[in-house]
Amino acid sequence: MLRKDYLLHHGRQYGTLIGLVFLVIILWILTPHFMTISNLLNVAQQTSINAIIAVGLTFVIITAGIDLSVGSILAFSGVVLASVLNAGMPIPIAMLTGLGVGLLCGIVNGLLISYGRLPPFISTLGLMSVARGAALLYTNGRPISGFPNSFRYLATGEILNIPMPVFIMVIVYLIAHFLLTRTVFGRYTYAIGGNEEAATVSGVNVKFYKTMVYGLCGLLSGLAAIILTARLNSAQPIAGFMYELDAIAATVIGGTSLMGGVGRLSGTLIGALIMGVIRNGLNLLGVSSFVQQTVIGSVIILAVLIDMALKRQRI
Amino acid sequence: MANKLILKMEHIRKQFPGVLALDDVHFELRKGEVHVLCGENGAGKSTLIKILSGTYHKTSGQITIFDQETDISNPKQAQELGIGVIYQEFNLIPQLSVGENIFLGREKTNQFGVIDHKKIFNGAQNILRDLGVDINANRLVKDLGVAQQQMVEIAKTLSLDAKILVMDEPTSALTDREITGLFTMIRRLKNNGVAIIYISHRLEELFEIGDRVTVLRDGKYIGTQKICDVSKSELIRMMVNRELKAQYPKRKSTIGKEVLRVEHLNRSDVLKNINFSVHRGEILGIAGLLGSGRTELARAIFGIDKINSGQIIIKGKRRKIGSPRSAINLGIGYLTEDRKTQGLIMQLSLKNNISLPSIKRFSRFGIINNGAEDRAAKQYVKELRIKTPDLNQKVMFLSGGNQQKVVFSKWLCSKADIFIFDEPTRGIDVGSKVEIYQLMNRLTEEGVAIIMISSELPEILGMCDRILVMRQGEINSEFLAEETTQEKILQSALGVSGAA
Repeated sequence: MLRKDYLLHHGRQYGTLIGLVFLVIILWILTPHFMTISNLLNVAQQTSINAIIAVGLTFVIITAGIDLSVGSILAFSGVVLASVLNAGMPIPIAMLTGLGVGLLCGIVNGLLISYGRLPPFISTLGLMSVARGAALLYTNGRPISGFPNSFRYLATGEILNIPMPVFIMVIVYLIAHFLLTRTVFGRYTYAIGGNEEAATVSGVNVKFYKTMVYGLCGLLSGLAAIILTARLNSAQPIAGFMYELDAIAATVIGGTSLMGGVGRLSGTLIGALIMGVIRNGLNLLGVSSFVQQTVIGSVIILAVLIDMALKRQRI
Repeated sequence: MANKLILKMEHIRKQFPGVLALDDVHFELRKGEVHVLCGENGAGKSTLIKILSGTYHKTSGQITIFDQETDISNPKQAQELGIGVIYQEFNLIPQLSVGENIFLGREKTNQFGVIDHKKIFNGAQNILRDLGVDINANRLVKDLGVAQQQMVEIAKTLSLDAKILVMDEPTSALTDREITGLFTMIRRLKNNGVAIIYISHRLEELFEIGDRVTVLRDGKYIGTQKICDVSKSELIRMMVNRELKAQYPKRKSTIGKEVLRVEHLNRSDVLKNINFSVHRGEILGIAGLLGSGRTELARAIFGIDKINSGQIIIKGKRRKIGSPRSAINLGIGYLTEDRKTQGLIMQLSLKNNISLPSIKRFSRFGIINNGAEDRAAKQYVKELRIKTPDLNQKVMFLSGGNQQKVVFSKWLCSKADIFIFDEPTRGIDVGSKVEIYQLMNRLTEEGVAIIMISSELPEILGMCDRILVMRQGEINSEFLAEETTQEKILQSALGVSGAA
């Protein structure tokens, strides 16, 4: 009896994990090259940027919000960072600038939503366009390229044979998980998404914490910008196009409810990995990128359908 | 009682994760009877109804309707079987007219497939007339009062050919006069052969309207009796399995220093020149009709709504309360009128809800000390006898009475010493009510000041030291509890001259 309870309560989380394992096994059978260390590290590396952005979106979606501007913020942060680098400033300063631009954009979102009372969808839709435009204006539409090797090390380097982006991703997940589950900030994030009115009556400064959550989401887009810029050795104003959808998909596949109040980062990581594995597998199988689009879209729909069916089972 | 048996539920079991909600429960219903379903919060009444209405699936058991064994798998099927449920929250669309609501989903159309408003109006008006209800079918639902909306809901359900009508706490939001109207309608339905399952916490009502009563306790079937064969105290004993002591327990607190004083408080049209004070060890009652400004006053003091002018003096110091946070820091706790929308965060665990206002006390540098949080939650679960499998149980799975205890714990945990209770016993069974009264008494004995807003006059009279009566945003009169009567309070609340 107890066992059944446990399965029902945690079934959702394991469901996604089982899905991931299932995918891996299929690809293992279909392509000999999939299950090699180098390819798996490759998948992890390709997943890392989406996975990092999805951390921010997990926080935002737990507060029952949404952020459509992450891809554009990434592009804007990237070009500002690149210009600071090219101006000969030290790498840490350039990185802080990139993070700062992301944080600032996120806080603007948060202020518009909390104090301007705009629906998150509208505010971030607006900023998606504004930040993209700003990136294009700033660069006149041209990419900024050619950085010192010590900067590129952030994407090409390795620690203990683990590629830097993967290493950074793991650190981000560990810190964010701690933040979400063990701190006042995390508790308030759940409370706001669960019931904003009850949170207010319980003395939670909802406007402040919401602003912070969007700020965090922007900050992580800035971090993703650093990794992407280092990897491509180029900052492009059109970078990060449609990244918001991948990140939202990873979050939702991972079991975070768009209604707010519910979600876990472990789920989001699995969600991001599922998307990365599918993309990698389809590439290895030589499936055209047009078909890939369709497959990934279908997977998102299927995952949420299964999730909803599981939730109905629970009652 | 020779009427035909139309519904039989036997050996019904319902298993939820961690809880056996129903264990071998029986229930039967005859044509034209009002069968009362009775039990404390968490006894399993709602679960049984939800199985009948197809919202939940029974784990095992047998349901027979009109001599046919059936397995009700969804709400639509229940509807087709002639089962209609009137929930506490109505399923009406406020922006549509009465007629459009009654025919929602089966609109009447003309030969071109276009909605025929005239047909809808006439059809709805006929249904309402048959029920003896005087409402114009063209009026918008949002312009109707609660009682009228309920009548529309009943009309809608009956127009779906319901033979079994379930009424869940139908009188909780009605005035005495409206209740009389509802009972007249119930009697008419009975004569027309409709069978009614009636759920209410107001025992007086059950004796007035019921024919038989079935009592559940802790998910178990206790028994079925004819109402005329059972006394009120027997019924209570069946429900709680213990003798209830005095309903309003005596209190031995001494009234001390003034802790809260409100002077010339104004808020647009809602609150006008409010003056009052409350002392340590005192329970101050606030009576008044719905919309008289009681809840608005609580919200203003607690910093949720802005005030236009006036002063709030706490423990001798003039304070500006700009947000709930500052109210909490000044030692005020506010138990809201509606625990689902304002009091609790349903997806969060019991312990997370209890600690929410005071989480900063359980943390250092923003990091929560889980051990301290657990210990605090455990203490309140024990003290208030909250029934829960563990501290991590989500509050949505707790019963109403236990949820209310969680809200209490939350403010006890925040170390409040000025409590504002807005309808603290609404929708709570007798047993939990007495527990909550005892808790209030204990709090005052510890020197806490309590402001209690309530629509139940016996409760106000039984529990409070002083009573303020509000009317149209003003304090209309003040009484000492021992020197007044329900009639006087009601006269003042209604603004009838010669009061006080």
